[in-house]
Amino acid sequence: MAIEVRDVNKSFGTTPVLHDVSLDVAAGSLTALLGPSGGGKSTLLRVIAGLERPDTGTVRISGVDATRLSPQRRGVGFVFQHYAAFKHLSVFRNVAFGLEIRKRPKDEIRKRVMELLELVHLEKLADRYPSQLSGGQRQRMALARALAVEPQVLLLDEPFGALDAQVRKELRTWLRRLHDEVHVTTVFVTHDQEEAIEVADTIVVLAGGEVVQTGSPGEVYDNPANPFVMRFLGPVTEIGGSLVRPHDIEISPGPVEGASPAVVSRVVRLGFEVRVEVEIGGQEAWVQVTREQADRLGLGPGDTVHVRPAPGARSLVLAL
Amino acid sequence: MTAITVRPARRLAGGTAAGLGVAVLYLSLIVLIPLAAVVWRSADEGPGYFWRSVTTPDAWAALTLTIGASALVALINLVMGTAIAWVLVRDRFPGRAVLDTIIDLPFALPTIVAGLVLLALYGPQSPLGINLAYSRAGVVLALLFVTLPFVVRTVQPVLLELDAEMEQAAASLGAGPFQIFRRVILPNLIPAMLSGTALAFTRAIAEFGSTVLISGNLPFKTQVAAVNIFSQIEGDNTTGAAAISTVLLVVALVALISLDVLQRWGSRRG
Repeated sequence: MAIEVRDVNKSFGTTPVLHDVSLDVAAGSLTALLGPSGGGKSTLLRVIAGLERPDTGTVRISGVDATRLSPQRRGVGFVFQHYAAFKHLSVFRNVAFGLEIRKRPKDEIRKRVMELLELVHLEKLADRYPSQLSGGQRQRMALARALAVEPQVLLLDEPFGALDAQVRKELRTWLRRLHDEVHVTTVFVTHDQEEAIEVADTIVVLAGGEVVQTGSPGEVYDNPANPFVMRFLGPVTEIGGSLVRPHDIEISPGPVEGASPAVVSRVVRLGFEVRVEVEIGGQEAWVQVTREQADRLGLGPGDTVHVRPAPGARSLVLAL
Repeated sequence: MTAITVRPARRLAGGTAAGLGVAVLYLSLIVLIPLAAVVWRSADEGPGYFWRSVTTPDAWAALTLTIGASALVALINLVMGTAIAWVLVRDRFPGRAVLDTIIDLPFALPTIVAGLVLLALYGPQSPLGINLAYSRAGVVLALLFVTLPFVVRTVQPVLLELDAEMEQAAASLGAGPFQIFRRVILPNLIPAMLSGTALAFTRAIAEFGSTVLISGNLPFKTQVAAVNIFSQIEGDNTTGAAAISTVLLVVALVALISLDVLQRWGSRRG
């Protein structure tokens, strides 16, 4: 294991932030710490980096007990949400920073920095200053800076959180590809379930300072440990006292076995998908269908239909 | 076809023009015209007289003392002011708020009162047994007192705004506390440190009230330029006084401009 976190507790003043958190991160993996804000995920990342000290518990990095080690000696690269660029240094010098601290020979630094700048597509901007870069470019520079010292683990705290939607999507894909090239054990914090599912190979769901579930994106999405995880990982709706994904509901004009009658209240066309809002015995629910299905059924407000979870649909029974 | 953008001649909006007019008029009446009058006056008797006025032994001694002491005071302020700002921003200790308020006291106090206070504490009747009266050290002390706030108050806000994550990033890249200070914090503080120092220097060369009591105004020894100017006027030598004033004006201007140039050079990179 590249990172082993055991029974970590951390409070800020009287506010508990992490409660008995244990976590294993496999070497070479790309892990997402996913959860709502205030769930403790950034604090956990900072504990791993040594930027916060846990009240109790241990952190091991590459088999070495790092709990008492300063951030300087942990061999971690850290990327901050707001870039933390060295404003007074050029892009080149930002990336070279860790190598200059390590007093590497000038030629070696030059070669390594240019390699990294090529990796993050900033080779033409080496002489610029951070204030002359866009948010996405600054974050790529920060990533190159963290990678320059060949860290054993790379930690990213909401790395795309400050960027606009378009750039965020681009950088996500790019991070995934970069990881496939560089293979450094990577942990990133996000509150965006789509980002976690798209980029990570392991998702750790953190809420209320505890690890709620760990698994591959598929596992966590299909077999959520509880209603909270199910709600957090994707859209849900409620029929017959169960939580179901809206795309896992069958809708038919006539009665079918196990289906409940429902009245269509609204049909919303959202590009390729159609959202059918229905009322089942006074309870509101919604069903996601394709355009083709919607056209075939010819649904309109006031129509009576029958809905049921599709065979094999994942659902969670809600406690009453 | 390429679009041709016609750029209208830059014309000021009505509001801007009025604002600019008021600002320029005000600045002219309060600062520029009086300064020009002094410079004009200093040339009344021709360049030869100007030169002789400035290089009379007492005037020359006063000028060199003033500029030398001010430079020393500016340097001490650069170091101590930054250190005080650091303590005020980074350290938590009882009485911090009080200390923070005391820093401004030299601004609030009439400078002659400052002189009186210093004379009481470091004069012939010093309860501490330290007598700096009528010495150049006394002049430096008085200048230190009145210029204390400048560097502290320019560095403090910059230090407060400094991105803490920048330091954490440096730490995770392997930089120790001293390296973080030298390579990350200091370069970001230098512009503020320099402008505070420039203000302290220019304030010091113009100081009158606080030095007049403790220095004893001994010509050739402790008389500063401002006091020398005053005594020239008392001796009815207005042109000579204007000549010395002009030298102080030029020194202040050169100091401000060179530090501004230095800062521009610095900020071009940032």
